[in-house]
Amino acid sequence: MTIDKIIFLIVAAVTLIAALRVVTTGNLIHAAFWLIATLFGVAVIFAVLHASFLAVVQVVVYIGAIAILFIFAVMLTRKDMRDQGPQLNRNWGFGALLAALAFVGLALLVHGWSGVTKTASAFPSGFDAVSALGNALVSPDAYVLPFEVASVLLVAALVGAVYVAYNRK
Amino acid sequence: MVPLSWYLIFSAALFSIGLFGALSRRNLVAILLGIELMLNSVNVNLVAFWRYGDVTNITGQVFTIIVFAVAAAEVAVGLALVISVYRKRNTVIADEIDMLKF
Repeated sequence: MTIDKIIFLIVAAVTLIAALRVVTTGNLIHAAFWLIATLFGVAVIFAVLHASFLAVVQVVVYIGAIAILFIFAVMLTRKDMRDQGPQLNRNWGFGALLAALAFVGLALLVHGWSGVTKTASAFPSGFDAVSALGNALVSPDAYVLPFEVASVLLVAALVGAVYVAYNRK
Repeated sequence: MVPLSWYLIFSAALFSIGLFGALSRRNLVAILLGIELMLNSVNVNLVAFWRYGDVTNITGQVFTIIVFAVAAAEVAVGLALVISVYRKRNTVIADEIDMLKF
């Protein structure tokens, strides 16, 4: 058991426990805070995988923007902070069964795949993943079109969100 | 070195937890929280496959960036709809929003 395996196991356990608390906790504000813990765990996983730029983007975009948006949405859609009644619907048993089946199916798929024993190769000398990513996002030979389409999608979605949530009074 | 399968099992578990949240929660905001968990597990998969494949092929990270943008768009529109529904119907419980036109 090497040190990176121990780090991965601790981070994965904390992330999964936080994710379980997101879907089971009765208090929605607490669920949003547990979501922040989960997202931070995923950012650490990105850092372990040497995707440094994505780890930073995960913290800035997900924790800094999306999680805060969730907290505001929770506060805007209630009169008092306490949650009344059950937080799970009547068919939550079927939901749990389906989730368990999905996990078992995916685990069997991973188990039966031959490429799963692959080990990570070392980075080539002089290779900078961040500059390669930046070049790929603006190069016409690579992904400039999906990148621009994604930005148009984001602008359209945000304009639509303002229109939908606008209070006409 | 951590084997690739650990990342895949981790992301499968995260996806299943998110699926359970999206299927079983009553509150609309909590359903969106479950969807966020599922999108995150996909990102873990994409980055793990990038790291364990050819690292000079940056496609996995580019796709993750696109998923970030889609997730931000999805959550902005979703929460705007939740707030709009709350203004009109005074509830955010999915079971109680059962009219097609109000």
